[in-house]
Amino acid sequence: MTDAVTVESLVKRFGPTVALDDVSFAVAKGELFGFVGPDGGGKTTLFRILVSLLVPDSGRGRVLGLDIVRDFRALRQRVGYMAGRFSLYPDLSVEENLTFFASVFGTTVAREYEQIKPIYSQLEPFKDRRAAALSGGMKQKLALCCALVHRPDILFLDEPTTGVDAVSRREFWDLLGSMKRGGLTTLVSTPYMDEATRCDRIALMHRSKLLGVDTPAGISGGFGRPLVGIHASDRYKALLALRAYEHAHSVYPFGEVMHYTDARLDMPAERIASDVEGFLVARGFRDVTAAPLTPTVEDTFIARTASNPGNNA
Amino acid sequence: MTDVAIRVNELTRTFGAFTAVDHISFDVTAGEVFGFLGANGAGKTTAIRMLIGLLQPSSGNARVAGYDVVGETEQVKRSIGYMSQRFSLYEDLTPRENIRLYGGIYGLTRHQIRERTARMLERLGFSGVADTPVSSLPLGWRQKLAFSVALVHQPRIVFLDEPTSGVDPITRRQFWELIYEAASNGTTVLVTTHYMDEAEYCDRVSIMVAGRIAAMGTPAELKGQAGVESIDELFVRLARPVGAGEEHRTRGAGLVRPADGEHQ
Repeated sequence: MTDAVTVESLVKRFGPTVALDDVSFAVAKGELFGFVGPDGGGKTTLFRILVSLLVPDSGRGRVLGLDIVRDFRALRQRVGYMAGRFSLYPDLSVEENLTFFASVFGTTVAREYEQIKPIYSQLEPFKDRRAAALSGGMKQKLALCCALVHRPDILFLDEPTTGVDAVSRREFWDLLGSMKRGGLTTLVSTPYMDEATRCDRIALMHRSKLLGVDTPAGISGGFGRPLVGIHASDRYKALLALRAYEHAHSVYPFGEVMHYTDARLDMPAERIASDVEGFLVARGFRDVTAAPLTPTVEDTFIARTASNPGNNA
Repeated sequence: MTDVAIRVNELTRTFGAFTAVDHISFDVTAGEVFGFLGANGAGKTTAIRMLIGLLQPSSGNARVAGYDVVGETEQVKRSIGYMSQRFSLYEDLTPRENIRLYGGIYGLTRHQIRERTARMLERLGFSGVADTPVSSLPLGWRQKLAFSVALVHQPRIVFLDEPTSGVDPITRRQFWELIYEAASNGTTVLVTTHYMDEAEYCDRVSIMVAGRIAAMGTPAELKGQAGVESIDELFVRLARPVGAGEEHRTRGAGLVRPADGEHQ
């Protein structure tokens, strides 16, 4: 069997709150698999179930062929888990934290040095510094080292880049890429859509449900409508004007531009672009440009959740 | 001085031998959405704390809403709103109570508070949750409320600290629409963030590296000049010398400083 993780119909409730609602998926061995979605979407609950820290109310799951409920002891020896909240000992030094986690798993830093070297080499100049005094990016690297020190067969990283600056974020994803080349299966969650493109496949999670699983290109390709990016001088007024346009299907700010989809499904993107450009120019907007765009993962996410009631408050 | 909301001139702050903010200068125009970017430890928070009158500059000066940040601290505080990423609202209070509380703190009349509360709740679509404790609202709703509360005294300038981290994409866009609406009404918005995709929503951005402003301009200008696809790419290039692979990363690690009073 080539699946590292298989999950069928997982459900978890906390009192009246449904934290996971009938979630099913499979992750292949060696895959870098991302869970993308906003806070409160169920990502953390799912990870805690998969590493046996929580028991599901119903449904089944296997990790490395082991049942996540029945075989929890064996499972814990083989998974590496990095919790969303910084969970190292702030008063211990970098080296002491690592030594501690190695000893819990009956090994030593020296024995596992080759495994953690690519990351630990960056931390070594600071090995005597207390963990609390590290920058956000360095804390995350130390946490990753601690999750890797017992040579896990699979890694679960819950929002490893939240609160970490852009440079450290990129470095962290570079590390995940190089571990993947070494054959490690990794499940990683993030609220940041732009990080999704670094995964082999991603699962979109929103409000306790899995909205879909696909490659980043597949997710973008599944957008389903021509997308046009529009720039205009007075952004806010242009946004309101476009929303009132009779053919508008959706209009929303997206970085420097506005993303626009049209209700006329048979119209090609180029014609839509020139049409809305003309519409804005005729209404007195200046510096108007409109051009077809390739949808991003975030656009797809918006399209799939827009119809969800309660999103309009 | 036509419509300059924030004027910063050679502003500097040292902590012992460490220069957290190193002779930065910039102007922000009224109604502008200005992104104030930088990695953790780059000096953003120190700069902002000087601009809102919480920290004395070592040298240089700044005027916010026309007031000197050292000599006219009280006037500065009355002219600004502030929304932090972590704490802005009282979680045990309802949206209505939070608005009333902040209105009271800023000395609004009872009539003003009643009228603005009604308007804000309606604008946010919060009529159904006006009397529900804030703690039970989704993160994105709390963020939108926090932004509105920061505007309750109709400040000329509002400071936002990583306003949309972790928020779902739809709520995030509603949030940016609130920002654009405020800017369209003449409110100046200064956004600090280390998430570079937020930067792309700003009219103009500055990027701080090691206490200095390393780049400033519209997102399009900055990307065009550097020949990059995104502000994220430019940021990585500015914050790290050009290099590749392991050597580049190892050098990067050496740049990380101990916590220098920046707790974001």
